Amino acid sequence: MNLQIEDKGTAVLMQVKEERLDAHNSGELKAQMLKLFEEGKSNLVVDLADVRFVDSSGLGALVSGFKNASSRSGSLKLAGLQLQVKSMFELTRLHRVFEIFTDPEDALASF
Amino acid sequence: MPTDRVAVDIKVPNQTRYLCLIGHIGENIARALKHYDGDKEKLAYDLNLVLTEAMANAIRHANEADPTKQVHIEISIVDRQLIMRVYDHGQGFDIRQFADPRPPMDEHGRGIFIIHSVMDEVTYTPTRDGHVLEMKKNL
Repeated sequence: MNLQIEDKGTAVLMQVKEERLDAHNSGELKAQMLKLFEEGKSNLVVDLADVRFVDSSGLGALVSGFKNASSRSGSLKLAGLQLQVKSMFELTRLHRVFEIFTDPEDALASF
Repeated sequence: MPTDRVAVDIKVPNQTRYLCLIGHIGENIARALKHYDGDKEKLAYDLNLVLTEAMANAIRHANEADPTKQVHIEISIVDRQLIMRVYDHGQGFDIRQFADPRPPMDEHGRGIFIIHSVMDEVTYTPTRDGHVLEMKKNL
């Protein structure tokens, strides 16, 4: 999976550089998030601007990251959702769980 | 009533790397429809989604992630009804358990709910050597 990870101080920015986040690659995202948590990070921003398609496995990986961040008194916030990706969060009611920002810079500034 | 006629029959290895291929076939069928009055881009996303979910379910839960097995998929449109069938070789599972929205913090089990939300009729029935998930949508 093409994932760009950058420590921005208050939070880590993860940019998913893939067209799809699905059952094929969501495990890698989950593993990368776990690695960051193990390194002591607890605040993440996941930028999904390049992601055109997300399935239930992709959503599950983000829920896993959210739970792990919360259990470490941190948070996982989302940014850059395309319209159809956003509608997936609405369909599954996960838009009530995640803080969702248009711009990743705004998400980073919110920590 | 004018209708598009489509018949696709494909078998792919029981591997998640092929989800993208199957999803794109659904997407391209939606975009190529001549006789559809709704939002074709939304339909394209939805068909990509339900085929991805159905195939991922077949791979993980029914075919026990055995990469030597195959997933068989049929897609047809007749009389403005789209029918998609995903065949697996497994013991099957009770889809009624997954028809409702999952609690927000659940990491798994949303696939069948998503398929139910998008399609008009969904059944999961035994075949000679496994099960078939049949999903119908009126176009």
